[in-house]
Amino acid sequence: MATVTFAAFLHLVFAATLAPLLPSLISRVKAFFAGRTGPSLLQPYRDLARLLRKGAVFSPTTTSLFRLAPAAGLASMLVALTVVPAGGSPALVSFPGDFLVLVGLLALARFILILAALDTGSSFEGMGASREAAFGALSEPALLLGLAAAVRVSGEPSLSGMMAAASAGAWATAVPALLLVLGSLLAVFLTENARIPVDDPNTHLELTMIHEVMVLDHSGPDLALIEFGAALRLWVFGALIVGLATPLRTGLPLADAGIFLAGMLALVGFVGVLESAIARLRLVRVPQFLVGSIAFSVLALVLVLR
Amino acid sequence: MTPWLDTLMVLVVFTSLKLLGSSRLGSCIRTAAFQGVLLGFLPIVAHPGSLAPRLLFMSAAAIGLKGIVFPWLLFRALRGARVRREVEPFVGYTSSLLIGVLALIASLWAARHLRVPGRPISPLLVPVALSTMLVGLFLIISRKKALSQVLGYLVFENGIYAFGVGVAYEAPLLVELGVLLDVFVAVFVMGIAIFHIRREFDSIDTTRLETLRY
Repeated sequence: MATVTFAAFLHLVFAATLAPLLPSLISRVKAFFAGRTGPSLLQPYRDLARLLRKGAVFSPTTTSLFRLAPAAGLASMLVALTVVPAGGSPALVSFPGDFLVLVGLLALARFILILAALDTGSSFEGMGASREAAFGALSEPALLLGLAAAVRVSGEPSLSGMMAAASAGAWATAVPALLLVLGSLLAVFLTENARIPVDDPNTHLELTMIHEVMVLDHSGPDLALIEFGAALRLWVFGALIVGLATPLRTGLPLADAGIFLAGMLALVGFVGVLESAIARLRLVRVPQFLVGSIAFSVLALVLVLR
Repeated sequence: MTPWLDTLMVLVVFTSLKLLGSSRLGSCIRTAAFQGVLLGFLPIVAHPGSLAPRLLFMSAAAIGLKGIVFPWLLFRALRGARVRREVEPFVGYTSSLLIGVLALIASLWAARHLRVPGRPISPLLVPVALSTMLVGLFLIISRKKALSQVLGYLVFENGIYAFGVGVAYEAPLLVELGVLLDVFVAVFVMGIAIFHIRREFDSIDTTRLETLRY
């Protein structure tokens, strides 16, 4: 038991230190496809360090809510991280129905950011908040139904048990359903992390940004907390997808951790290739994309419920 | 056997959803053709043990007609009509997708309460066939362009075909071939009709046909 919790604790440390590496790896892959060198892999760490050294500027129209939001958002992401298992070992906290808590925590982080954006009173931030809320409302059922289907396939009501069962027999019996769940989770991954078919992390035009426009007024350490929270969000979703997609477990903690990290690398590389290959969807087509992913989840649930 | 059949059924549902969600007529024709080809393989996948010449012939006829002849006819009509997209359908694409999901759930419910004679080869087959029919009917009433309505008719026929193969697979070969021939003639006539509508009204928008009343 002690070793199990130690491994889970190690996952927290790994996630906190390696999470900023994920976005920079994606941009590195994209740079490779565009024929550029791309920024250094350590650039996000440098950005975070620079932002933390700066002072913060607060608009006089904002209230204390605006100052609390970045820390609260990061806190909810850190708590979410304790529920997510990685690399074959169960999560730090695991109980029946913890996938509902995970979805709730992710929604909480988004809700807090939306509140802070509305608190500024800026029309641009209000626009971004409304888009984020609209897309979140559609990606949440897809995530919830997809996880419910995975629970039904594995017969385990907790994330840790689900991941353990996904490794063993589930892939042999329910391939179509699990593939559907993975497809749906991938769409949610791209939406929630503001990746390309939905949002472009490189755009800096207020009219087209979704996630970034919400954090325009945050500066200095607050922005660093938000950026770090976004990286952790990427890690949480990545751990979910990799955990479901890798049916390989050796039983050795080190080897399993290696497989998990390799899976994360593969996922990040795949997202980089995807972002290089496809264009961003028009804003009016995004709900259609998300309804499609809801359809995937419903179909998966239907396949396993019958 | 069942995993293959399940995968086939899921792919058929995908093609239906893609048809509901895409606006480009060319890609719609290709998707409908792909759905026809998928269902053409259904008799072989459903009865893996017996590779009877009758089954093979039926599969080949269905694949040849739905995968090659219909797309060719429809693409010819499309070239003549010089229309590329379905603009402003009666029901938007996102709502169409949602309705497609609802149709799937409704047909699952209906299939549970439907007493089908004999034992269906897969528990998914009847609901997927029903939902394909519903999607086809929905495409016919919700789209404006004559070509999309023809596609809706084809999808509807695909649903009936799946239902027939899955439930009444003892139906005589002549009946199956007769149905295929009917569909062929229908698509042929519709292609000609599209051409004439276009020549008369400079558009294949069926709402224009209301002017005939005056």
